[in-house]
This record gives sequence, structure tokens and C-alpha cells, in this order.
Amino acid sequence: MSGYRLDNGGLIDRSEPLSFIFDGKSYSGYEGDSLASALMANGVDIVGRGFKYHRPRGIMSASVEEGGAILTVGAGRFREPNVKAPTQPLYEGLIATGQNAWPSVQRDVGRINDVFKRFLAAGFYYKTFFGIRKGTKDWMIFESFIRKAAGMGRASREPDPDKYETAHASCDLLVVGSGPAGLATAKAAAEMGKDVILAEQDFALGGSYLSRAGGIGEAVAAINGLREAGVTILPRTCAFGLYDGCVAGMIEQVTDDPGLHGVRQRMWVVRPSEIVLATGALEQPLAFGNNDRPGVMQANAVRTYLNRYAVSPGKRAVVATTNDAGYETAHDLAMAGVPVTLLDARDMGPDAPEGVKVMRGMVPVRIKGSHKVEGVEIGMLDDEGYAKARDTLSCDLLAVSGGWTPVVHLTSHRGPKPVWNDDIHAFLAGPTNEPIRCVGAAAGVYDHDACIASGKAVAAGEAGPVPQAGAHPALPLYEIKSREKKFKRFVDPQHDVTADDIRLAEREGFVSIEHNKRYTTLGMATDQGKVGNVIGIAIMADASGRTIQETGTTTFRPPYSPISIGALAGRGTYMHFRPVRKTPLHDWNMRHGAVMTDAGLWKRPWYFPRDGETVDDAYIREMIAVRSTIGLCDVSSLGKIMVQGPDAGDFLNRVYVNGFAKLPIGKARYGVMLRDDGVVYDDGTVWRMSETDFLMTTTTANAAGVMAKLEEFLQTRWPDLRVQLTSVSDQWAGVAVAGPKCRDVLAAVTVDCDLSDEAFPFMGIREAKIAGADVWIARISFSGERAFEVYVRGGKAEAVMDALWDAAKPMGGELYGTEALGGLRIEKGHVAGSELDGRNSLQDMGLGGMASSKKAFIGKALTQREGMLADDRLQLVGVAPVDSDKRLRAGALLDSRADMVDHGLGFITAVTDSPELGHWIGLAMVRGGLAEWEGKELTSYDPVRDGNTAVRVMSPHFLDPKGERMYG
Amino acid sequence: MIRIKCPFCGERDHSEFSYGGDATVEYPALDASVEEWNKAVYQRANPRGPHREYWHHLNGCRSWLIVERDTLTHEVGTAEFAHPGLTEALK
Ligand SMILES: [Zn+2]
Repeated sequence: MSGYRLDNGGLIDRSEPLSFIFDGKSYSGYEGDSLASALMANGVDIVGRGFKYHRPRGIMSASVEEGGAILTVGAGRFREPNVKAPTQPLYEGLIATGQNAWPSVQRDVGRINDVFKRFLAAGFYYKTFFGIRKGTKDWMIFESFIRKAAGMGRASREPDPDKYETAHASCDLLVVGSGPAGLATAKAAAEMGKDVILAEQDFALGGSYLSRAGGIGEAVAAINGLREAGVTILPRTCAFGLYDGCVAGMIEQVTDDPGLHGVRQRMWVVRPSEIVLATGALEQPLAFGNNDRPGVMQANAVRTYLNRYAVSPGKRAVVATTNDAGYETAHDLAMAGVPVTLLDARDMGPDAPEGVKVMRGMVPVRIKGSHKVEGVEIGMLDDEGYAKARDTLSCDLLAVSGGWTPVVHLTSHRGPKPVWNDDIHAFLAGPTNEPIRCVGAAAGVYDHDACIASGKAVAAGEAGPVPQAGAHPALPLYEIKSREKKFKRFVDPQHDVTADDIRLAEREGFVSIEHNKRYTTLGMATDQGKVGNVIGIAIMADASGRTIQETGTTTFRPPYSPISIGALAGRGTYMHFRPVRKTPLHDWNMRHGAVMTDAGLWKRPWYFPRDGETVDDAYIREMIAVRSTIGLCDVSSLGKIMVQGPDAGDFLNRVYVNGFAKLPIGKARYGVMLRDDGVVYDDGTVWRMSETDFLMTTTTANAAGVMAKLEEFLQTRWPDLRVQLTSVSDQWAGVAVAGPKCRDVLAAVTVDCDLSDEAFPFMGIREAKIAGADVWIARISFSGERAFEVYVRGGKAEAVMDALWDAAKPMGGELYGTEALGGLRIEKGHVAGSELDGRNSLQDMGLGGMASSKKAFIGKALTQREGMLADDRLQLVGVAPVDSDKRLRAGALLDSRADMVDHGLGFITAVTDSPELGHWIGLAMVRGGLAEWEGKELTSYDPVRDGNTAVRVMSPHFLDPKGERMYG
Repeated sequence: MIRIKCPFCGERDHSEFSYGGDATVEYPALDASVEEWNKAVYQRANPRGPHREYWHHLNGCRSWLIVERDTLTHEVGTAEFAHPGLTEALK
């Protein structure tokens, strides 16, 4: 119990106490606390357990780089794992639990791993499981063990109850970070008239202002200045990635308690003209013995807890530093009344702050204490970087400053690799041509006033800062090696990677930093190497006798900090993930008992069950009605494109394989179009309404694609054609009126419309009126029966449908859906989406005769390729079971051999029970087609459903091959 | 996120557009030979660096555009109407 609250100061509201629960125990903190500062103020030392060895872990930092205090926040379906306690603002009723520990972080039985630690060295998993074959039972047992042991907190298995949204913004300048440099940049730019957005990942604005004694007042003044200058300020908003075109992705934590309808997180997509990164620098740890014990912290974080949260992390402190930063921490600790000794690894440095004992040339060698810091053994470095313990200092806090690493992750997202700077021993952003600049500590400038100056200069368009070593240059020290008994020296505390792991991996041949990282998992935890990366590289450089520049750094990729998938999805979940398209007759269909099915984004009636009917009962009844009396079907989802202009006929002639230029006015024609490569693309009918007006229908699935393709032809290939295209798919509703009584139905609802064969022949079109609405009627048939399709404006669709249904119902008519529609087209051998799978030629579909020999059309040339004409291509056939009681299954494979070879000779694409024929039938694609197989038997292989069924191959035109029903 | 300056609509996110293929391909006449069509459809270069591509402003004005894009850096340059007469017609 080391940490405690100070009596005065801090950016906390002592009049607003908040209670919270950690691992089942109740505590209290204040408004303005982070979860970490509140735990610390309550004297909680051990807040988590290590990932591999389950060693006790405490709070190490005050921000996103936290490697120790990683907790699960919330309960039940609201639980969120891997929350870094310093980034979580405290709120009333917060529930947090420790991770990687059972039964609790205080008494974790998994710590036995620490005793067997030699088995868990670098590459442990790779080596241990090398001999086990993946997919075997052994592997599965081990895998479940690994997954359990390696888990870093558990997400709720329930659907995410939180709401998210996406916001878009544009501005002249985006500033990331609200420390001295960021605030100075934003203010200067706003005063020059620029539209500025400033994002700060922390829940409090001010960055390093808040860590300084007296800095809170300065921060408040600076932020008020920004508000006056009109800057848009987004606190608790993490810029997680930079993308092409100077676009930034940011996640705003809107609130922790969104209530029933509120938004918890908001994703910002910001498109600034310029970006300034004032992302600061991360303080580096040092690798020495047991440096992961609770009580070892970043020196600068100690200042943050003292000054921002008014919490002292310890009662007796030692500060170990390689640079001047440690002096400020020692000073602030002394001011708070904490006895403090400063170890400076250098032989020189600033004067000792008041009340601080400075020991120069001294480094920490090993922490004493098995669960938390009880003291530190100190010593002097020899020429080879080893140190021997010569003294022990008693303390409960060791504040460490191993120098600074500028946060260059975001520039790295754009490609430029960070470049090592020997003056300040740090990686800086690589050069870029994009309008992205770094200021302040992100540019390697650590002095407070210099940070402010750099922000002003860059805002004014002047050169960025040049980092300088200063009067007392930092000592590039990363690890304090020891020749004595080995203690773990952690490099990446989150993934439990030690200095020895990195050396071991290097000895084993992982000499590339990218390989070493993956083998040891260095920097692959949720902090993405914020803490351990540079030390890891330095240790590798040392082990391989290279410089850090030669060793290089790994690539930083988005996101800078972990983000929830929900935030990326925004509102695009469930039904909002894909829009639902409803036809103008959707409600009418629903009122008449339709069961709906999805056809792409469309909802279409699948079948119309009567009391207790299954889908099979219903579609058979619907098919019988179409064949014997009359059926009505909503076909509004078909693509409909108006093709207009003096060259429209010529255009259609080029697009379809068959001729359209000479299509008479008042007639429709079935057409097929190919792709450039000769493969069948789409089919439909085209109606000629006047010399220059055509209505093209497409399949439901290809409506958008055909439109885009036609636009491409007109704009890129044939710009001289005078043709206008308009999609009218959503404007017009369509109803198929199919069956022997279709004339009777239309006669009942139209006036002065001669429906006789002479006046209205097959493929004729004409205008008429139904229920007072203007309609187009075409005599076309998909079912093979005599049929019409009636097209009407969407707004009048229900009235027209009512009239048609009132006429059809007394005649024994039925409504039919896509299931019956499919059955009817299979009986006729009409191809549809399941056959047109993007691989077939016209000949494969049995439509070779449609292609005009008198004109050229898209795809014609490449249909003449040898492979497109081969006899053994998959070609359309019909199949029926030899035993007529058997059913067929779409997707079943076909073969002639007793045991199927590879994928057989073909497959069944679509099946239906045919009430007309009294048995099941199917369409299939078979190698060699009818020429090879007509009248012969094949076996349908369907091992997971019905097993094997003998089928006979026949013409796909099962019913009325001459079309007497349609024409008659 | 690539941003494309549509000459009609202005600068927009690439999510409004759909990629439409290599704009340097010259498609032969419809009655040209199999060999010529084979060359146009299948014999494509895969250039490293500046390239001319078709992009369709699908969720915008529906213009087919010729966009200069560097395949190495993703840098997007000019965007102009693919239709040769459109720029003049819109003046
Ligand atoms: Zn546009």
C-alpha cells in the first residue's frame, strides 16, 4: 500500500467523490481521476498479472503506452477487455477486474509459470509444437491450452450493446495532440484564419502541461485561447491512422455511459489540407533485473500522478535517469514531501534539485521485493555495460527515465520509415512529400519553451525544429546487464519479452528486426511496441554488432491504439449494414401473406402459403395455377433502363448478340449480352416504344452492373453515339400475369384493348389503362405459358395489382413467388443466375443460334477462341431421376463413373418438383452436354444429403418445347 | 483513402467511385480479329509508377473518368472526363 492522495492540487474535483469496484472490492476516487490514479490513491499496487509468467504488475505509466495496468472494464455484455487503466476516466459505479489471473491478481496460481520460465523463452510455442501435426487431436488439446494461457482478457460473447456513429469533417489543419506544441500550433493557425481541428487522445486537454507543477493553470489559459480563436477541440479522440490523400481516422470516446440511445464512440474521418503532429514522446524504460515489479514507473508518469491527479505513487522514491528529465521528477517528488534519491547514469548533469540526493554514475541493477518494490540494488556501469550491485537503497517507488522516443507512428503509416538521429538517440519521422509535419517532442524537441516555439513556427509555414542534444546530453543506455545470477530484464512487459529472449532469438538466426519481432512477439501486444521497441532494437543491435540505424525499426501500422470493431462499423450494423430494397408492391405482397426472400438487396415474395402449407406445398399449388388458370407475380425488381436517342437502336445492336436495329415499334425482343471475353453476361427483353425509345430489362442481380457497363461503352468506347440512358428500375413496378386465363384477366381490367393474337401477338407491347393508371403491357413469358407483363408507375402499382387480383382470384388464380417462378422456368429450360455464373458461352447455354452472323457485337471475337468452342465444355442439359420417386438436389455433382473422379463431369444448378411432369427435374451443366449424354444415365453425388441418385440426361426444354402454349 | 477530383462534382472520396480498368487499352473495332481482341482483353501491362485508369463516379455524376494514379505511391493526379467531348460541352 504505497500510493496516497495529496492534500492539495491536481485536476480533480474533491467535491465530487465517485465510488468504483476493482476485483470485487469497493473504492472511491474523484471526478477527474483516471482509473489508474484512483487505484493508486487507494494504495492498490498489484492491478494485473503478466501475460506469460503471471508475475504481479502495477501501474507503469500515465497514458496509452501502459504495459501493466490493463484491465477489463464493465460487466456482462458491456465488458470490455484490455482497457489501459490510465486512459479510463473514473465514473460513478465503474466496475473493473484484473486480467491473466485466477482467482485474483493478488493470489494467482498461474505464477508457477515463473518457476518454469526457461520453458517459456522466445519461440517457445514454435519449438514445443514443432513435432505436432496441425489438425490432429494433440494439436487441438495444446491449442486450447495455449489460447487460454495466452489470452489477454476476454471479450463478452454477447452482441455489442453499444451504439456507434461516423462523422465526417474537412478543415485546413488537423493538429494531433494538445500539449504545448499542439496548442501553440492550433492557436497560431487559427489566428491566421485557418479552420483548425485539434484532437487529443486523453480525456483532459493539455498534454505535458498537466505533468508540470503549476501547469494546469497554464493549460487552462492556453485552451481558453484556442476556444476564442475558433478551434474545434475534440478531447478523448485518438487519431489512430493516417491514410492516402491526407485523410485521418480518429475515434472519439463520446461517453462511458451512453444511456439507452446515446452513442458511445464516434469515428471521425477527417480530410484536412494539412496535418501537424504534436503527438509528443514516450519515455523509455531501462532493462534491469525485475524491472517489471509494481512500483517501477516511468519518471514522467510519476510527475503526472503528482501534479495532474494529486497522487503520490510512493512514500520513498528512487529516480533512475539517463537524461535531464529525471531531475524534474525528483524535484516534484521532493516538493510533495517524498524522500527521494536520484541516480544519474551519467557523470554529469544539472545541479541537484532542492531536497534531492543525487548519485552520479549510478544505475539500478535489480529490484528487491517479490511482489512489489521494496528496494533497489544499485551499481556502476563498466566499459562493457555490465553493472555489479554494490549498495541497496530502500524504497517503494523507482521512477525510471531511459530517454525519449518521439511518437512517429502516424507518419510511419504513410510509408516513410523512421530515421535514427544520433544527436538525440531517437527515431524521428522519415522524410515525406505530404503536408504532414511534426512539432514539439514528436520532432525530438523536449524543452517546454522550444516546443511552443516549434508549434508557432510550423503554423507560420517556417521550418520545423532541429533537435539538439543540449548542455547535458542524454546517455544512450538501454539495458543494465549483470554477470551475477540472472534476473528477468523486461523489454516488453505486456508480452513478457525479456532482453535474453531477444538475444536468444538473435543467436537462433532471427537477425532481421522484423523476424525477431515476430519470433519473440516483441512489440506485438496491445501497445504495439510503444514501450519496448527501441530497447529491443538496441539490444539486437548490440548482440549482432550493428548500429541501431543498421538494425532498423519495424513498421508501424494503424491503429495507433486499439479501436473497437463496432466503431469502424458505425451505424452499419444489422439491417443498416445493407439497405433493404422494397418493391412498390412490397406492402401489398405482405398483406396478401407473402413469405419474403432476399434477392440481393431486394425483398421478393418467395411463396404465399395458405393455412399450414410448407414452402413445397405452396409453390406446387402456385405452379399448377399458372399452368392451368392464372397466376400473378411481382417482378418489379427486374432492372429497367430507358435507352433513348437517334442511335439507340445501333447501340443495342452492338451490345446484344442478336439484332435490335430492325425491331419494329410496338414489339419486344429477348436479348443476350456478352462480356468482352465472350462469356454470357446478362439477358432480358427490350421493348421498342418509338423510333428512338427503348426500354431494356435486365436480371435483378445485374441491374446496376449493366447500367454501369452501358455508360462505360457510351462514354469511353463509342462517344459518337447519341444515346441517353436512364435507370427506371425503382420508378416502375412490374407484374407478370401468366397462365391460360391471362387474356380474361386483362380483358376484365382494361378498356378498348384488343387482346387477340392478331392485334396483340406474342412479343407485342402496347399502352393501356388499368384502374385509371397508364400502363405498358407486353406479351412476354418467362413461365412458358401465355402471359403478359404489366408495367406501371410505382405509385399506382397497388391500385393496378388490386384490379388484376380482383379479376384473377374468382377465376381460380393464385399469387406466386420466386420459388414457383423458378420452378416454371426450369420446366421451360430458361437459364437464370444459377446457370449464368460468368463462365459460359452462348453455345454452352444452348443459345448459340441467337448470335447474329450479320453484325458485330461485344464479345463476338473472343467467342471464337479454341477453348470457347471445345466439345467437352460444361453445357446446359436437363436431368430427371431414373426412379421417378427420387428427388434431386441443386449443387449435387454428376459423374458417369461408379466412384466420382475429382469433381465429376458436371453439376446440377437448379431443381424443382414438376407438378406437370409428376417428378423432379433439374437443369445441369455437364461436360459434353447433350451431344455426349442425351438419353444416358449419370449418377448425382450428394453425400451429405440424399446420397447417390441415378439421373437421365435430356433436353432442358422439359415442357412444350415448341412454345405452343406461349404463342397460342 | 484516395481522393479523386471529379471535374463535374469536385474532390470526393474514392468510396464514391468504382475502379474501371486500364485506360491505356485501345479497344479494337467490334469486327476486329480474335488476335486483336485477345491483345486488348488479356495482354495487359502492370506498370510500376504513373498510370492512367478508368474510374466511374458511380455514386456521383456517373461520369467515366480517366484518372492519373501512381501505382507505387497511390498518389492521384488529374482526373478528366473519358468522353472526349464532355469537357467542351460543359463549358
Ligand atoms: Zn462526378
